[in-house]
Amino acid sequence: MMSLPAKWRERLLYLISPIGLLVVWQILLVLGFGDRRFIPAPSDIAVRFARLVASGELEWHVLVTLYRVFVGFLVGSVPAVAMGLLMAMFKPVRIFADPLIAALFPIPKIALMPLLLLAFGFGDASKIALVAIAVFFPVTVNTYTGAANIEKIYWDVAKNYGASQTVLFTRVVFFGALPMIFAGLRIALAVSFIVLVASEFVASKTGIGYLIWNSWELLQVDVMFVGIVTIGILGLITSVVFQEIERLVIPWKAE
Amino acid sequence: MVAERRGAAVEIVALQKEFASGQARIAAIENIDLAVAPGEFVCIVGPSGCGKSTLLRILAGLDRQTGGTIKVEAAGWAVENAMVFQESGLFPWMDVETNVRFGLMTRGVAAAEAAERVDAALKLVGLTKFRHHYPHQLSGGMRQRGAIARAFVTDPGMLLMDEPFAALDAQNRVILQAELVRIWEQTGKTVIYVTHSIEEALLLGDRTVIMTAHPGRIKQVIDVPFAHPRNLVTLSASPEFGRLKLDIWHVLEEEVMRARAEAEG
Repeated sequence: MMSLPAKWRERLLYLISPIGLLVVWQILLVLGFGDRRFIPAPSDIAVRFARLVASGELEWHVLVTLYRVFVGFLVGSVPAVAMGLLMAMFKPVRIFADPLIAALFPIPKIALMPLLLLAFGFGDASKIALVAIAVFFPVTVNTYTGAANIEKIYWDVAKNYGASQTVLFTRVVFFGALPMIFAGLRIALAVSFIVLVASEFVASKTGIGYLIWNSWELLQVDVMFVGIVTIGILGLITSVVFQEIERLVIPWKAE
Repeated sequence: MVAERRGAAVEIVALQKEFASGQARIAAIENIDLAVAPGEFVCIVGPSGCGKSTLLRILAGLDRQTGGTIKVEAAGWAVENAMVFQESGLFPWMDVETNVRFGLMTRGVAAAEAAERVDAALKLVGLTKFRHHYPHQLSGGMRQRGAIARAFVTDPGMLLMDEPFAALDAQNRVILQAELVRIWEQTGKTVIYVTHSIEEALLLGDRTVIMTAHPGRIKQVIDVPFAHPRNLVTLSASPEFGRLKLDIWHVLEEEVMRARAEAEG
């Protein structure tokens, strides 16, 4: 432990709380708190997990879910960043977009699923569209907030040095907003898993959401937990990957 | 060695800037007349609220006056002016080198030429070794050097400086003042330097413009008789320096007292 670089030690520390939770859970069930038919112990879940992996079934659902999250996330967040920056730079864009965002943001996005099924059918497209819509709003709002709060001195410097709108956009406003953009993307990442799994409950025959819902209908509680745990693991992994990307992309952010 | 004096010439006539404050109009500066010769180093001192920063911002093209004219003669210079701000204003997301290159990038200078000029500017301020550092990895003094390099690289007719060393500790301030004087002596550019420190104005400038507050007007212009090249440390210890400092203080004190009496009604 001591010989590890501080950076890696910090990363290992991230594992303490989830592992601790599992240990407590296992101990409580082994001691007889709770009925293992309805609340399986981590070891029961692990066994089922291994079997589902061995059969290839889990990997398939994970791949499908990750694909939908990834594509939906990209399709939603790229225009959201552009929209947020444009709102900060041009007042007419802001006046046009602000009331729409205020009205559409609070609508639970899963409520759009029937509409999206009508528009895009039962395949991947409807789920991807749902993720994209859910991602769009938090990323837009965060990007706009980040760009609008860039310190005045940086606008002054850009103006004094004769920056064109293009340079202002690509070199000043975008980078100035980047820390807040990343904060928005992290929220959006969690949101995409939430809406996607919910949509897979009702409108899919694949994906982790389907796995969970299907096992509820078959009363396979351990499979249900495998699904839930898998989402947690996916969330953790994507979040760690995200932090690494953030470190690379925002090297000026003080640690 | 003192370079030939060259740089932009500035003529400010009857300059006025009013701000709207509710229904009322408040004059930030009023009736400013000032001529600056090419290569002159002019310092503007005054109590806070005297509009000295406003004057500089108008010169920099960041604000517009509500009356009067400014004529800048900057023929032969790549750009009319470049400003150095109090808090450096280096972009935190660019390393030092990219920050310095910024003023060239906005004006479409070819990459090879830009690289050469950035090298020269970094050398001028002694930041060559730190070119790939980000601003948060540098001390306040180094950040200000970076800001000065960014201004110089554009080859401006004049340098506008808004209390650039005010946020530094005393030792760093002395070092950077000496460097600024050295760089100015080497390049001979016009500098307009805003400060609230009489001492700094006398150490650096050829002339000291004293401003009054509410509204900002020019109270007096004092010629600073010290020859170049200057050694700031021995200069600040000389009796003549002390006398001049006291003279200016008396002029300013009157102003500060008047402003206080006004405030107390």
